[in-house]
Amino acid sequence: MREKAIYILAILAALVMIPNLKTVFMGLPDEAMQGAIYRIIFIHVPAAINAQIFFTVSLVTSILFLVKKNFLWDSISVSCIEVGTMLVLVNLVTGSIWGRNQWGIWWAWDLRMTSQLMCFLLYLGYLLVRPAIAEPTQRASISAFVAIFAYADIPLVLMAIRLPNVRTQHPGPVLETGTMAPEFRAPFGLGVLAVFLICTALILIRQHQETAQREIDSLRRELHSI
Amino acid sequence: MKRGLITALAIAKKDLQTELRTKESINASASFALVILVLFSFAFDLGREELYAISGGMLWLVFSFAGALIVNRSFARELPNDCLDVLIASPAPAWAIFLGKSVAAFLLLFIVELISLPVFGLFYNIHWTDRFGGLLLVMALATWGITVVGTAFSAVTVNIRLRELMLPVLLYPILIPLLIGAMGTTTALLGGEPMFGQAASGEALASLRLLVGFDVIYTSLALYMIEFILIV
Repeated sequence: MREKAIYILAILAALVMIPNLKTVFMGLPDEAMQGAIYRIIFIHVPAAINAQIFFTVSLVTSILFLVKKNFLWDSISVSCIEVGTMLVLVNLVTGSIWGRNQWGIWWAWDLRMTSQLMCFLLYLGYLLVRPAIAEPTQRASISAFVAIFAYADIPLVLMAIRLPNVRTQHPGPVLETGTMAPEFRAPFGLGVLAVFLICTALILIRQHQETAQREIDSLRRELHSI
Repeated sequence: MKRGLITALAIAKKDLQTELRTKESINASASFALVILVLFSFAFDLGREELYAISGGMLWLVFSFAGALIVNRSFARELPNDCLDVLIASPAPAWAIFLGKSVAAFLLLFIVELISLPVFGLFYNIHWTDRFGGLLLVMALATWGITVVGTAFSAVTVNIRLRELMLPVLLYPILIPLLIGAMGTTTALLGGEPMFGQAASGEALASLRLLVGFDVIYTSLALYMIEFILIV
């Protein structure tokens, strides 16, 4: 059942992504101001949107773990956070390349990049602390605690850097105000969908791995106790 | 509720008593703060104006480094002789243990800050006495934030391997909004800007609101969630 779901998701992702990449690279014209580099937006922004989605899922599953103490929720949290952290890294790296090309600098400390970097560091802490805890229940509870604290920090960081002298290099919210050209909209939406499908497949694989790992660990402990 | 508060007070008293008798973390923390203050003088060679512009940042880096040393001991102090297990097994609610430990850590860090502030003023020739009231307010709010989050993560890391390494890795990213607020307000205050009244630009006040928000959110989150961490 799970394997089928993973295959279906992967095939769907390929069906969405390959034609979409063709449109992005061969079909769409260069942007008026930026030339060819603007195509990075079809990776850069979908990565950020999907990272937020998966971090939100991890918040919900972390709370569910603390309430229900069911390891299913813990394995979903850690899978979502691993994939989400990778997406944030993709977002930061592509953003940095884009920034070098357009602004002439790799890093600008503007509010969006700073908050995204903090987000990356917070979840990196989560991924670092997990392997340091041997006992499964303790590991899962502590991880859930860290995940909830990490999520609570994101709105604060956003608010913090918005407060005095906002420095921003990023354009305004192009999606909400409708300044994105209509022919870019469909490939953009499909880009978000493709990343979502691939990452959901990755999360399912990772979650299966995590469950298997825990079972192996408990069998090993049982063996030692005999 | 009332009994919990009394327990918290007793735990804070116990922690302070032990600390004042042995002085293990306060001595280490205060001397560490002084060492960093000295190191800063080699790191930057600055004029007077520039020094004022980075004063808040320097001061809060020192305070947060010193704070990590203090909160690290907060729960680790209970490990010998299995004191932590006894505390957890006692009828005291988890939030009361946590609150007591946070209060003790807060007072200790505040003492370290009160020692380092005059030294900082003296080393770098910065006038801080005119704005002492405002500084005290910022220090109280930000120190509470550092110690409440720090004590929570001290409880998280107390039983794991690499405790001393994990605490800073987890703590500093969480503290970023707090430090942004504290650094901004302190720099504005030391630069001679009043916090309230007509002459205030509002920047200091905005950062102060951020500090209050951080304290409220994290104190309630930690008090509510500590149960899940201590008792697993």
